[in-house]
Amino acid sequence: MVGEGILKGMAETARNFFGSYFRKDRLTTVQYPEQRDPPIEAARSFPFLVYDGEDWQQGMRCVACQICEKECPPKCIFIEKSKDKKPDANGKPQFFPATFNIDISVCMSCQICVEVCPFDAIKMDVVTDLSSGDRFGGLLLDRQRLAKSDQYYNSIHPTEAAAVDARLAAERARQEAKAKAAAEAKSAADAKLAAVTQAQPEIGGPR
Amino acid sequence: MNLEAIKSELEAAVPGCRLELVANPSPSGQHSLRIDSAHAVAVALTLRDAPGLRFDLCSNVTGIDWPGKQTTEKVKLHKLVDGTQQEVEELRTTTTPGSLEVVYHLFSIEKKHGPIVLRMSTIDRDANVHLPSLTPVWRSAELQEREIFDLFGVVFDGHPDLRRLLMWDEFVDHPMRRDYVGPDDYEYEPTAHDEVLRRANQHLSEGGGR
Amino acid sequence: MNTIADPTAQPELEPLSETSKEQLLEIAMGPQHPSTHGVFRMNVVLDGEHVVRLKPVFGYLHRNHEKIAESETYLGSMPYTDRLDYMCPITNNWAYALAVEKLAGIQVPERAEYLRVIVGELTRLQNHACLIGFLMQDMGASGTPLMYAFREREKILDLFESLTGARMMCNYMRFGGCRVDLPAGWLDQAKIVVAGFPRFLDEFEQLLVGNEILMDRTQEVGVLSRELAVSAGISGPMARASGVDYDIRKVDHYSIYDRFAFRVPLGSHGDVYDRFMVRLLEMRESVSILEQAMRDIPAGPIVDPKMKVRGFRPKPGEAYGRIEAPKGELGFYLISDGSPNPYRYRVRPPSLINLTVLEDLCVGRNVADIVTILGSIDIVLGEVDR
Repeated sequence: MVGEGILKGMAETARNFFGSYFRKDRLTTVQYPEQRDPPIEAARSFPFLVYDGEDWQQGMRCVACQICEKECPPKCIFIEKSKDKKPDANGKPQFFPATFNIDISVCMSCQICVEVCPFDAIKMDVVTDLSSGDRFGGLLLDRQRLAKSDQYYNSIHPTEAAAVDARLAAERARQEAKAKAAAEAKSAADAKLAAVTQAQPEIGGPR
Repeated sequence: MNLEAIKSELEAAVPGCRLELVANPSPSGQHSLRIDSAHAVAVALTLRDAPGLRFDLCSNVTGIDWPGKQTTEKVKLHKLVDGTQQEVEELRTTTTPGSLEVVYHLFSIEKKHGPIVLRMSTIDRDANVHLPSLTPVWRSAELQEREIFDLFGVVFDGHPDLRRLLMWDEFVDHPMRRDYVGPDDYEYEPTAHDEVLRRANQHLSEGGGR
Repeated sequence: MNTIADPTAQPELEPLSETSKEQLLEIAMGPQHPSTHGVFRMNVVLDGEHVVRLKPVFGYLHRNHEKIAESETYLGSMPYTDRLDYMCPITNNWAYALAVEKLAGIQVPERAEYLRVIVGELTRLQNHACLIGFLMQDMGASGTPLMYAFREREKILDLFESLTGARMMCNYMRFGGCRVDLPAGWLDQAKIVVAGFPRFLDEFEQLLVGNEILMDRTQEVGVLSRELAVSAGISGPMARASGVDYDIRKVDHYSIYDRFAFRVPLGSHGDVYDRFMVRLLEMRESVSILEQAMRDIPAGPIVDPKMKVRGFRPKPGEAYGRIEAPKGELGFYLISDGSPNPYRYRVRPPSLINLTVLEDLCVGRNVADIVTILGSIDIVLGEVDR
């Protein structure tokens, strides 16, 4: 019969159309923005800087090593190292970035900066509505806009953040154990030295 | 698929051709055969049509820019100075002219072997940039040779339609050369590095702009 | 139409006489055109409805990708390769990683190879589905087959997002393996998606294959002879539709494709209908490969343990690595001089080389056939112009 192929195709579209009233898998349209698809954990949009604790300046993990700046393919990161050191969240004096700018109109979300950071200081965010009315500077995020807390990081990437936190905590514990062992060894050595000098007569004869 | 055997077969089939084996130090083991421009088409036809070879797929045609080098060295030589033979030190500058190279990667669809790599070089980068086109042998070289003409400046003799491919027709200069200087059209570069930073600072010192 | 005698000859175009020149119409199709698959321009000379000459104009999307790569490190070029053939970012990554691995002699662990095959074949599935959808869209089937294809594509893109973090610009391959391992539950979700694919393909076939309008518009249209396909370096489904039995997965034995049993569909007519049917059949073969790979994937490391992310400096030398990308033979030619940046970085773009024969296929046909033929060649301008 002429047109048989077309009619078979129309039967297919009819099955899809009427089926969408009865079966969920045929009705795939999501009425964005009232409805949203469930967020996917691994998604990435643009980088942000992680800080521990409450104060974003005090707790920022970034030590301005500038590795991410060198490895960034489109060169969208601009860092100026500070002149002085300040104690970080663990109390250790570190350099910090006096300037940390990311131009998100250039950033291509390739995530290489996250991969190469040795301090877990820069991670990928998931926010996508970052449009701005200002063409020059509206899309240049400075370190204050980039700084987000570790709790936020845990809320957007729970599995990844839990692994990072566990690793950092283990590293911190290891450093503390090492410091404690070193302190104990030092105090033992001091005590031994004191005992030895006490046992010996004073050099130079009694006064 | 032995490159030495192929070289001897080609030398037998195309008398007078000068072939040179170029070793490839990387683990890929893809050694190449440098061919001279005068016999290139004959060698290519043999590679395509000889019953044992049958390289009918010209997969990739690449252009490479090898810029010239200037080396200065101190040379001691004897010279007649004021009537006496003296040993004099002179600065001798040697200039290697540099060349543009075209590399062809060939495969065989019929015999399912390959790749074989052919190389052709121009004499220098300024006036003597003519090479024979292999488009009459493999049609797939047509657009790729046009691209090499556009981006490197190699003129292919015998190409049916040699004009620019990616740049617009009135464009001057050849962008993929190592000494190409791009137009100075930076507008707003907030995270400038290296060359861009140098240009941005130059703009600032010249006054005006961001 | 080319004669068989000399496949390398330029198309036999009738010379334009002076009187007929006044009756000819030269139009520019593109660069802004809904059906040219990107910013692509064709200067078409028409005699009424018949195409007399067709000269493509390239370069509207030229982003000097090759020159940028000369100033980036090897790893820094990886996100740029995503943007070459932007419908199939993962296969672009794979071809580049393969070329670098050949250059530096890096080994890839087994689990990484299986992962590469899985995401590579998923990419092939969504590319072929989209291509058929866009071909139908260009022919006037205003979006229905396209949306059916996009429904499946969304499932695959969700899989990519949960694995790599991005729906399209995945940046997934690294030299010596893959960047990140499968999260929990990914493989089960992927198995569900792949299990639903044959039913989608059945629906697609029922919608399209017997459609008389489609058959009228695509059979015997844009016939590419086998000899011209070989000579012009055509690769991929377009060559196989003309009867050229060349699938790089079978010829080069790259990665672990030798372990999977799959067939290579070949066409006999070389027309648009054959190219469309070859892609449909290839999707079925990809589903079969995926089922085997997801069944057999072993545990283990996903990247060569000796590879560092930073400071990669391959020894001087060169390598040409190629894969069977969904569009054809995608190859990367790299020359290293021992520094962290490549000396020469060349992409062998299948879309550009497949366009060599565009004029041969279109001359003599109607204007309406140009869009159909261009759609069947499967081009992506990101790859044509780089």
